[in-house]
Amino acid sequence: MTQENSGDLVMTHVYKIEAGNFTIAGEAASNIKKLLRQLGIDANIIRRASIAAYEAEMNMVIHSVGGHLEIEITGGEIVLKAYDNGPGIEDVELAMEEGYSTATDSTRELGFGAGMGLPNIKRCSDQFHIQSEMGQGTYLEAKFVL
Amino acid sequence: MKINDFLQKIPHEVIAGQEFLDRKVKAGYCSDLLSRVMAHGPNNGVWITVQTHINIIAVATLLEISCIIIPENIPIDPSTVQKAIEEEIVLISTPLQAFELSGMLYEMGIGKQK
Repeated sequence: MTQENSGDLVMTHVYKIEAGNFTIAGEAASNIKKLLRQLGIDANIIRRASIAAYEAEMNMVIHSVGGHLEIEITGGEIVLKAYDNGPGIEDVELAMEEGYSTATDSTRELGFGAGMGLPNIKRCSDQFHIQSEMGQGTYLEAKFVL
Repeated sequence: MKINDFLQKIPHEVIAGQEFLDRKVKAGYCSDLLSRVMAHGPNNGVWITVQTHINIIAVATLLEISCIIIPENIPIDPSTVQKAIEEEIVLISTPLQAFELSGMLYEMGIGKQK
């Protein structure tokens, strides 16, 4: 889905993220990276936004029942939004700690579940916000100043 | 240094990306935890990992890693090879172990200068 408004230079892309599908995991982040490259965004910002997009995508693939990854580009910033339909994070503060993970053993064997996803997103972004409610879902927003 | 330069000195097989062996390599990183690689994997670097599933290609693409080296002749998923070809990622297999390989690459100068 694309909306473009030439006046405000607003562009929004939304990617559907499928739970548990490791075969196509990372596709949304790769597409976001390609899009940012086409727009001629600074390489360092592309790298940081790509890492954040990847981690947000993987979090939904690994932990959620499915969700969406959205990227919004305006004249001044890039906003990455990830929202899923649950199950929600029980203790967000704990989830933000490096090394804490609730990933299953089989997921960890694939090299996921290092407990660095959310810390990586926070570190890479200029502004970071997360809210989660059990039974409802999680909303995450990361901003990158252009 | 280019990928070709160090390949001449180690036993290896190029699994994908034969046409990109003149890519520059500035640094190296060794880890099998993907989020650690996302946090510390260097641009234009060599990444050594025992993970062989398709998601390593996504990581390499996003970080612009020059090449992935799989040690100990670990079999690589066909879907990973296919994706590496599509994404133009250099994928190399070697009989060496990760520790030996890291030492050899470091001795050759990869990652010595920051």
